Amino acid sequence: MAVRKTKYEMPEQDPRERIKNFDEVPYGYDADTAIKEAQRCLQCKDKPCVLGCPVGIDIPRFIAAIKEGDFDKAIKIIKEKSNLPAVCGRVCPYEEQCEGNCRLKKIGEPVGIGRLERFVADYEREKGITIPSKPKPIDKKVVVIGAGPAGLTCAGDLVKMGYDVTIFEALHAPGGVLMYGIPEFRLPKEIVKAEVDYITKLGVKIIYDVVVGKTIPMEEILEEYDAVFIGTGAGLPRFLGIEGENLNGVYSANEFLTRVNLMKAYLFTEYDTPVKIGRIVATFGAGNVAMDCARTALRLGAKKSYIIYRRTEKEMPAREEEIEHAKEEGVEFKLLTNPIRFIGDERGNLKAVECIRMKLGEPDESGRRRPIPIEGSEFKIDIDTALIAIGQSPNPLIPQVMKDLKLGRKGNIEIDEMGRTNIPGIFAGGDIATGAATVILAMGAGKKAAKAIHEYLSN
Amino acid sequence: MYRIVEKKTLSETVKLMKIEAPYIARNAKAGQFVMLRIDEKGERIPLTIADSDRENGLVTIIFMEIGKTTKELGTLKVGDNILNFVGPLGKPSEIERYGRVACIGGGVGIAPLYPIIKALKQVGNHVTSILGARNKSLLILEEEINNWSDELYIATDDGSKGLKGFVSDVLQKLIDEGKTFDIAWVVGPVIMMKVVANLTRKYNIKTVVSLNPIMVDGTGMCGSCRVSVGGKTMFACVDGPEFDGHLVDYDNLMQRNNRFIEEERESCKLAGVL
Ligand SMILES: Cc1cc2nc3c(=O)[nH]c(=O)nc-3n(C[C@H](O)[C@H](O)[C@H](O)COP(=O)(O)OP(=O)(O)OC[C@H]3O[C@@H](n4cnc5c(N)ncnc54)[C@H](O)[C@@H]3O)c2cc1C
Ligand SMILES: Cc1cc2nc3c(=O)[nH]c(=O)nc-3n(C[C@H](O)[C@H](O)[C@H](O)COP(=O)(O)OP(=O)(O)OC[C@H]3O[C@@H](n4cnc5c(N)ncnc54)[C@H](O)[C@@H]3O)c2cc1C
Ligand code: FES
Repeated sequence: MAVRKTKYEMPEQDPRERIKNFDEVPYGYDADTAIKEAQRCLQCKDKPCVLGCPVGIDIPRFIAAIKEGDFDKAIKIIKEKSNLPAVCGRVCPYEEQCEGNCRLKKIGEPVGIGRLERFVADYEREKGITIPSKPKPIDKKVVVIGAGPAGLTCAGDLVKMGYDVTIFEALHAPGGVLMYGIPEFRLPKEIVKAEVDYITKLGVKIIYDVVVGKTIPMEEILEEYDAVFIGTGAGLPRFLGIEGENLNGVYSANEFLTRVNLMKAYLFTEYDTPVKIGRIVATFGAGNVAMDCARTALRLGAKKSYIIYRRTEKEMPAREEEIEHAKEEGVEFKLLTNPIRFIGDERGNLKAVECIRMKLGEPDESGRRRPIPIEGSEFKIDIDTALIAIGQSPNPLIPQVMKDLKLGRKGNIEIDEMGRTNIPGIFAGGDIATGAATVILAMGAGKKAAKAIHEYLSN
Repeated sequence: MYRIVEKKTLSETVKLMKIEAPYIARNAKAGQFVMLRIDEKGERIPLTIADSDRENGLVTIIFMEIGKTTKELGTLKVGDNILNFVGPLGKPSEIERYGRVACIGGGVGIAPLYPIIKALKQVGNHVTSILGARNKSLLILEEEINNWSDELYIATDDGSKGLKGFVSDVLQKLIDEGKTFDIAWVVGPVIMMKVVANLTRKYNIKTVVSLNPIMVDGTGMCGSCRVSVGGKTMFACVDGPEFDGHLVDYDNLMQRNNRFIEEERESCKLAGVL
């Protein structure tokens, strides 16, 4: 039988309906479809897909288990390597990673590895997650700073080895960006909670409302624990640095998304935190964060939602799937356009943005063609709200209180390939080390550091 | 969960609470604040640490009931819990021996000023405190502040106590009488800080103000609290909340503090607290 060339469809909410709610967009496979999709896998002996996975999940083996209808076995195989499969099955850039290496791409679409991962993770969650038996305790204490994917993964792996692990988290909820950044319709918060629940059931203690370096001084931490993992992420929002950026109606992507996701402003007045959206919203930037902003704006009732980006569609850093979803929902793309100033009314409320048209010149250091302003092409767009989604920098809090920590050019903590910083016993990983990257890379970094910490504490 | 162990009414609209939060009590310094969230559906709001008791692990907050969250907070009783309470946030005040210091507080701004006055006095400054309120019954912490001040002056809008007028009038009067100040601390409504800063600028008195923009996380992650200082954008929760009073763009701060005024009203109306 010839292999089917395309992935089995994953049903989705109709775009016209879904822009009125915050429910998840795709529904996920049912068991039959999952088995059929699993049958597409060629079970390559050299496993190119695994090479593309930053945490090295044994992909062909878990797919084989699905094919046999043994979903419990499939999830067990995934969990050998990943503590957060339901999250990864939703937000990983599989097209560049595992699926990017799939041999089926020669004849059509790769195996829907992400969809299959999501299916078995959801299957397990609905059934009730089984907690592996506790290992023999090791009498050493490890502290993890930050409950984002890097910290959660590192903590989960260490506790599975038998260490006594405590996570300190600055916010009132776990997950880092998974909770405050990525919207409900892409990653339901119940799922994040369930995955975190699994990690706490493994034995990890999470203590909220602790800003390490403020609530507890770093010296005390160093005294009390045998090893430290820093996973504090890239939470520092960047602004455009143009006139009028402090007008009412201009938000950083982080402020906007935190209000909506973490504080649930989309349920204002049931929840107390407000957000104002207005009729016309412009999001600046074209990464995943920007797509999330533009799509969230529509769901909050914006009549128009623009993405304003200075290069062309080809250079947009967002995942293809996100761009597609945004287009389907009616987000309008104003490309080769760069903002030069925000214009407000007499009460300081945003009214318009002045932009300039751009053209592409020679490639810059990122390899993408450099956008150049076209003189005299300035024009205005009326807007009520501006969302600045042009990137985040590494969180400066820990470097500020640990002056001897070696930093990179962008304020990121420098680590070696095993997650070791320049200070013995102190490890780091995730966005704090790489700058804003991906969930799976943060998890991969957490895993490596867990190994390195184990090695360090075993000597 | 953070337990309320003591509650006092300081004036019609101002309440004091002591909260069990040992880590914060141990590390808090004058000028710092906490973010709190009463319950699962609540907003995160900043309140200054008005005092801290290391031995008993207690943090004092003093707040004016002006909106949904602060009014709800005011209804909580001793023994009740606050869901989230995180701090100490922000940079501490730069407490040094400056010489002669004017400490000027208005309304509920007197609460955050109190630990600063205490700290300034403890390192040997000559402290002149000027407190302002709309009327006598709204004046808070007079006695506590008197204990740590070399001189204390009061101004009320209606003249029911002290001088009839504003704190800036008192300061002007003292300057006219020949008093000199090496530095001034000003905490209160934005308009008051603006007026006082304009006055001290004329006399070249270095002035520190404590700003109160709208915050969300309080840890430097969102930029909701951004203020313009000397033409540069700063995050009040991590770069402040204290800034050089002569460089702050007060008009922008006032505008930004009105960002959600309609929503705040609606929130109160629905909760039946207004
Ligand atoms: C809107 C948005 C959409 C995204 N979409 C995708 C996507 O589709 N796919 C994808 O793979 N990636 C996506 N990313 C990127 C991804 O979320 C991040 O790369 C990943 O979360 C980084 O994980 P981390 O653990 O390093 O840090 P974070 O997730 O940032 O977590 C850091 C945690 O540390 C805490 N913290 C910081 N300082 C302290 C301190 N001093 N004490 C205690 N706690 C502290 C923070 O509160 C936070 O909870 C997106 C990012 C955003 C913002
Ligand atoms: C660093 C700092 C220290 C502060 N210290 C004190 C203090 O010691 N005592 C005190 O009474 N008040 C203090 N405030 C002000 C206090 O945070 C606000 O009064 C409170 O948030 C109002 O919330 P609400 O829901 O009751 O009122 P709302 O009706 O929501 O708002 C009333 C006004 O309060 C301001 N406000 C609303 N939400 C926030 C928010 N999330 N963050 C900041 N301001 C907001 C706005 O200007 C608004 O117009 C401080 C503010 C800051 C930034
Ligand atoms: S309150 Fe979010 S950055 Fe200051």
